[in-house]
Amino acid sequence: MIEERLFSLKNIWFVGSVGAAASVLVVSGGLAFLVLPYTERGNRIAGIWDAICSAAGVPKKSSQSETVASQTKLSSVVLNSDMFKHPAPVSIGRGATLAQQCAICHGPTGVSRADSPNLAGQYPSVIYKQLHDFKTGARVNAVMSPFLASMTEQDILDVASYYAFLPRPPGYHPDTAEVAPTIVESGAPMRGIAPCGSCHGGIENKAGSPWLEGQSAVYIKAQLHAFANGSRTNDISLQMRNVARQMIDKEIDQAAEYYASKPLTESGE
Amino acid sequence: MLNSKRLILAHFWLAFALFGLALLLGAWQMFIRSPMAAWIGNPEWYYRSLTAHGTIMAYVFPTLIAMGFGYAISESSLKQALIGARWAWIGFWLIVVGTVTSMIPVSLGLASVLYTFYPPLIGNPFYYIGIVLVVGGSWIWVALMAINLASWKRSNRGVPVPLAMYANVASSWLWGWTAVGAALELVLQILPVALGFKSTIDAGLARVFFSWTLHAIVYFWLMPTYIAYYTIVPRAIGGKLYSDSMARISFVLFLVVAMPIGIHHTFADPQVGAGFKFIHSAFTAIVALPTLLTVFTICASVEIAGRLRGGRGPFGWLTALPWQNPVMLAVAFSFIMLGFGGAGGLINMSYQLDASIHNTQWITGHFHLIFGGAIVIMYFVIAYDLWPHLTGREIRNLHLMRVQLWLWFVGMIVTTFPWHYVGVLGMPRRMAFFDYTDPAIAPDAIPVVMSAFGGFLLVVSAGVFFAILYKSQRSPLCDAGPYRFSVAVHPQTKVPVALNGHALWIALMIGLTVTNYGFPIAQLTVRSDTSVPAYYVGTRK
Repeated sequence: MIEERLFSLKNIWFVGSVGAAASVLVVSGGLAFLVLPYTERGNRIAGIWDAICSAAGVPKKSSQSETVASQTKLSSVVLNSDMFKHPAPVSIGRGATLAQQCAICHGPTGVSRADSPNLAGQYPSVIYKQLHDFKTGARVNAVMSPFLASMTEQDILDVASYYAFLPRPPGYHPDTAEVAPTIVESGAPMRGIAPCGSCHGGIENKAGSPWLEGQSAVYIKAQLHAFANGSRTNDISLQMRNVARQMIDKEIDQAAEYYASKPLTESGE
Repeated sequence: MLNSKRLILAHFWLAFALFGLALLLGAWQMFIRSPMAAWIGNPEWYYRSLTAHGTIMAYVFPTLIAMGFGYAISESSLKQALIGARWAWIGFWLIVVGTVTSMIPVSLGLASVLYTFYPPLIGNPFYYIGIVLVVGGSWIWVALMAINLASWKRSNRGVPVPLAMYANVASSWLWGWTAVGAALELVLQILPVALGFKSTIDAGLARVFFSWTLHAIVYFWLMPTYIAYYTIVPRAIGGKLYSDSMARISFVLFLVVAMPIGIHHTFADPQVGAGFKFIHSAFTAIVALPTLLTVFTICASVEIAGRLRGGRGPFGWLTALPWQNPVMLAVAFSFIMLGFGGAGGLINMSYQLDASIHNTQWITGHFHLIFGGAIVIMYFVIAYDLWPHLTGREIRNLHLMRVQLWLWFVGMIVTTFPWHYVGVLGMPRRMAFFDYTDPAIAPDAIPVVMSAFGGFLLVVSAGVFFAILYKSQRSPLCDAGPYRFSVAVHPQTKVPVALNGHALWIALMIGLTVTNYGFPIAQLTVRSDTSVPAYYVGTRK
């Protein structure tokens, strides 16, 4: 058998296959880039080059109108996983000194007797974010906001490192109580509510989400209601507002009671 | 002539052992997300299981089958000992090491990112490194197939390449090129982030790279099945292959058009322009062509068998077919599943129709019907057909084989048809639990229970499959003779040079990849504003 040449214009297989592939490409490309952009409703095409760019997915320059400004002040905190990894001892020490002004509400050992959050052992990213939000006004509280007026970025980092350094009170769920309520363990999928535990521990911890074990039920309920009625807005991308708005009162109570159920330990009482 | 029996058996045993484990995970997933189980307390377990199931079933299992079958084809169709058997063992062990390396972090919950990776989700780097090792092992096979064919051609000038080897090498080239997409995604994008050199990732570009692999990988899974259709089925049922040329054309068409169509997986993605989506959709329509050619050729070949057995009239040949023969039964089942799956696929590839089923259970149903159904049932046939030649022991119990194939067929239909149905109702995929008490998805409850029972049937069928192979080990030694492939009605004495080599088709495959992927990839690579922060799976705080 004499070897015929494959890559030659005399080879019908070569010409046929390349021709067929090229024709499909040209025809579909012509339809895609020249015809279809004009047929799409609401697509204002300025010319052939514009049609081609639009079909190729080249982003258009944004419109001239101003970006809509947010009605509320939003959190500007950026967290990354390395921020709090190895706090310097001096930072923890400075934090301890600064934290003396927090003790009246949050307890001398970071465990509160006043329905304020327990801070001992809380994740540093959480304390950092909340303090930062109080400072920028993304979160407002008559008691907390004035404290932040005089706190620097370094102060905030130090306080966060100090509280994270303290031992965390153990979570407690009496045997008689039922297992975690559905809202905590499974959420409510049809209402778009992820389980509390998928961010706040139990299933998974997400950056910026506090652990809630042993926190005051009054405090948890108050925050969920504040998210639901829009008076607290420093959650990232509306995460907590969307969850809280969809929760019914019974679920709010169940979640708060579940997380709060704790014996009063020596350090707490 | 089968020299490397141990090598081939090692591939098949490892493939089926992993398949059995991944199948159990799949059945558990179907149970746990059905109304029969309470909501899973920790969805992470579900995604962990799903990642293991998908990684094994999509990467490891079919790759090992294609490799083992490929070595068998190379030796028995070329009638020459495998060149580079030592390299083949290295490839095998790379896959073993890669599988273990990737499954350890998955088992520990450090890489629950699903087999499609889904950046910006980032898992433990060892998961990705393991997959790179698996792909690397398979690339050794790609090279060995090309080397073996080239060596044979040198000493057999002017002789047509045997069809089985021609198809096998087409399959290896297809895999060699299509795996490049996922490899680029892993090496250039995901691993630098997983190893901590970067903390942002261009998720859109990563998805485009993955789509490069994601569609042609399906045809790579399909290739052993198509090779079995053309080169095992006609011989096994006592017929002849209707057309050798048609078979070659089908395989080279797969090589050319399986690649430039992957963007139909990203119809809902904003980072690719509508024009490229349309072009990929048009090329996807063409990929139906080699399948239709195959259906025609195989039906014609089966008809020849029926008529050789005395069948008369327009339908008489159907009843004359050897329905007691497991291969006959399997090919019929496979075609039925391929028909339904293919029809569903036409809906997936249509830009507008896709919108109604995108990311629903329909998709899960679709690829299980095609891969788990039409393709895997032929993997069983390949194993049954090849086993006596590998072990020297006969598989005697045809009855049990028929039971196994029936169970697999019924199980797969019962699994996937309800999935398609609930997908049309809008049930999303990749969910660990559903609130079936809500009126909006209460109608999904019964079909989901049905499909779970389909999954249980599949587990039973796999159990029977293992029992058949196990029992065959205990039957007396026999000489199965040389391993043969089907003969065409008109055996080829002269083949056009285009259908005797792969160069033209590989050139077209690469060329069309450049035209259809070049701009989207270049655009996303050049732009500086397309990266998003990575999200590390399994990290705390």
